[in-house]
Amino acid sequence: MFKNLMSWIEYRLPFMDKMNLHVMQYPAPKNFNFWYFFGSLAMLVLVNQIVTGIWLTMNYEPSAEGAFASVEYIMRDVDYGWLLRYMHSTGASAFFVVVYLHMLRGMMYGSYQKPRELLWIFGMLIFLVLMAEAFMGYLLPWGQMSFWGAQVIIGIFGTIPFIGEDLTLWIRGDYVISGATLNRFFALHVIALPLVLVILVFLHIMALHEVGSNNPDGIDIKKDNDGSVEQTEADKKFTFHQYFTRGGKKIIVDAIPFHPYYTVKDLVGVAGFLLIFAWVIFFLPEGGGYFLEPPNFEPANPLKTPDHIAPVWYFTPFYAILRAIPHPFMGAVAMFAAIVALALLPWLDRGKVRSVRYRSGLHKVNLINFCISFVALGVLGVLPAEGVYTLMAQIFSFTYFGFFVLLFFYSKNENTKPLPVRVT
Amino acid sequence: MSNAPVDHGRRRFLTIATSVVGGVGAVGVAVPFIASWNPSERAKQAGAAVTADISKLEPGQLIRVEWRGKPVWIVKRTEETLGQLEQTESKLRDPSSDVPQQPAYAQNRHRSIRPEIFVAVGICTHLGCSPSYLPNDFAAQVEGIRAGFFCPCHGSKFDMAGRVFQGVPAPTNLVVPPHMFIDDNTIVVGEDEGAV
Repeated sequence: MFKNLMSWIEYRLPFMDKMNLHVMQYPAPKNFNFWYFFGSLAMLVLVNQIVTGIWLTMNYEPSAEGAFASVEYIMRDVDYGWLLRYMHSTGASAFFVVVYLHMLRGMMYGSYQKPRELLWIFGMLIFLVLMAEAFMGYLLPWGQMSFWGAQVIIGIFGTIPFIGEDLTLWIRGDYVISGATLNRFFALHVIALPLVLVILVFLHIMALHEVGSNNPDGIDIKKDNDGSVEQTEADKKFTFHQYFTRGGKKIIVDAIPFHPYYTVKDLVGVAGFLLIFAWVIFFLPEGGGYFLEPPNFEPANPLKTPDHIAPVWYFTPFYAILRAIPHPFMGAVAMFAAIVALALLPWLDRGKVRSVRYRSGLHKVNLINFCISFVALGVLGVLPAEGVYTLMAQIFSFTYFGFFVLLFFYSKNENTKPLPVRVT
Repeated sequence: MSNAPVDHGRRRFLTIATSVVGGVGAVGVAVPFIASWNPSERAKQAGAAVTADISKLEPGQLIRVEWRGKPVWIVKRTEETLGQLEQTESKLRDPSSDVPQQPAYAQNRHRSIRPEIFVAVGICTHLGCSPSYLPNDFAAQVEGIRAGFFCPCHGSKFDMAGRVFQGVPAPTNLVVPPHMFIDDNTIVVGEDEGAV
C-alpha cells in the first residue's frame, strides 16, 4: 500500500531519485577537511536568520515612531524575546564569519577555477545580497547607529556624479532618513532579499552539484573512463547516481556518498559551531560592541551625530578602502571594485593548478598577503580615519588590490608542483 | 580508510546517543519560539486586576470599570432590589446558578460577596452585546420587577443578580468575574486570592 503510494508519487515527482542524486548518491571527495564545514554552517545560519526573523516580525513595529520602542518591548516584555533577538543579531555576525571562511576556503583550494566559475559567481551574488540584507536589517532597530550608519552608506550613492543627489533622495523616499526609508528597508529585509537569497542558495547548490565539489587537493574525482585510471576496491563499494557517470563515460574515484558520510561529519561542525554561537548569545550578545554597537541603544536622533561612526565589523574591510581614498566617488568605486575583483577571480587567476598545496611559494605568500590585508583593513575600518590610520588603510588597500594584480601576472606561467593523479 | 569490520553495537549506541542529545537540543530550541507566543509582560500588565473605589457609590448606582478589554459593572443594589431577587426565581433559567458562571463564593441568591454590591462582566451571554441597566423601568420587560438588565440586541433579560430569564436567547447567567474587597471601600476586579 505504502509502496504503491510511493511509486505513484515517484512516477509523477521523482522525489527519491532527486534525493539520491543530491544527497544519498552524491559523490563527494573523501578528503574534505574542516574548511568544508562552512558551506553547511552558512545554510544553518540562514535557517536561523529566517526563523528568528519571522518571530521578530511578530512583535516588531516598522515605523519611525514605534520601531525603537518595539525592539525594547521584544527585549523586555516578550517571553524569550531577548533570546530570539540575540539569536538574530548574533546570527548576522555568524553568517559573515562562516561566509568569509567559506570564501577563503574557495580561494585556497582554487574552487573558483574552471569549471566552477558560475558557482563562484552565484556565491558572490549571495555575498552581495547578504551585505544588503545585513545593512537594511541594521536600520530596523532605529537606534543612533542604525540611523547614522545608514546615513553614511546611503551617502555613498550620493557621490555618484550627476545622478547622486537624486538617487539618494529616491532611496530614502524623503529628504532625510525617515519612516519612509525604514518601511521600505523593512519590506526588502523581511521579504524581498530573503527570497532572492534562498533562490541564489538553491542555484549555488545546483551549480555545485552539476560540476561537483572541489577538494583540498584540487584534483578531479571524475575521470574519463578510458582505462587511464582504475577504480580501487574501496571505490567499488559505493553506488553513486548514474547521472554522475554520464552513462559510463566517467568513472568516480576517491569519493564517498554525501549521506551518511558528510551529513554526519557536518554534524560535528554544527555541534562545534553551536557551542561557540550559544556562548556568544548567552555571554557576549553585543559582541563587545562589535555585533551591536553602544550608540544603538539610544533612539535615532537626526539632530545629534554619535562621536564615532563605524559600520558593523563585517563591513569594515570595504569601508576602510572607501575611506582610504581621498576622493569620495573614487573611494566608492574602489570599494565596489574590491568586491568585483573577488567576483572576477576565475578570470584573474590564469593558473591551471587549483589547490594552494601544489602552487608556487609566491602564490602562498600572495594569499597570506591577501588575508593580512583583509584583516588589517577590517581593523582599520573600525578605527577613526585620521593620521597614521589613513596611511595604513591606503597601504593595505594597495596590497589588497595588489593580490589580484600579482595573481593575474604570475599565474600564467607559475612554477607549480607536479599534481598527483588522484586525491591524497 | 580503515578496513576493520563494522562494530554494529557501537554504531547503534552512537546513533541513538546522538539522536537523543540532538532531540533534547531541538526541544530546547523550540522552547523560546513557543513560549514567546504567551502573553507578554505588557499584555499581562494590561490584563492585570483593576481596583475601583466604591465609597461614593449610591444605592441603585452602577459604575463601569474596564478589565481585560471588557466592561465590568459594579452595582450597589437597594434593599428593594435585593428583596425582589426571590420573587423572580420562578421565571429564571438557572436561579441557583448551577452553571459555573461565577466563582464559588458568588454562588448564592445575590451572586456576590456582599449582598448589596454586585459585580458582573457586562456582556450578554448570547452574542456579546452589553445589556442596558434599567434601574426603574424594568417592569415593562418583566411585570412587577423594578430593576434589571435588558440587552438591546436580541432582548435578553437578566435580573439584578445577572440571572437570565426564561424565554430569551441568552443561555446562561451573566459572568461574575473573580473579585475581592481590600477594605470597605475598595474592590479589586480580576483577582481573588487572599480575599477577606
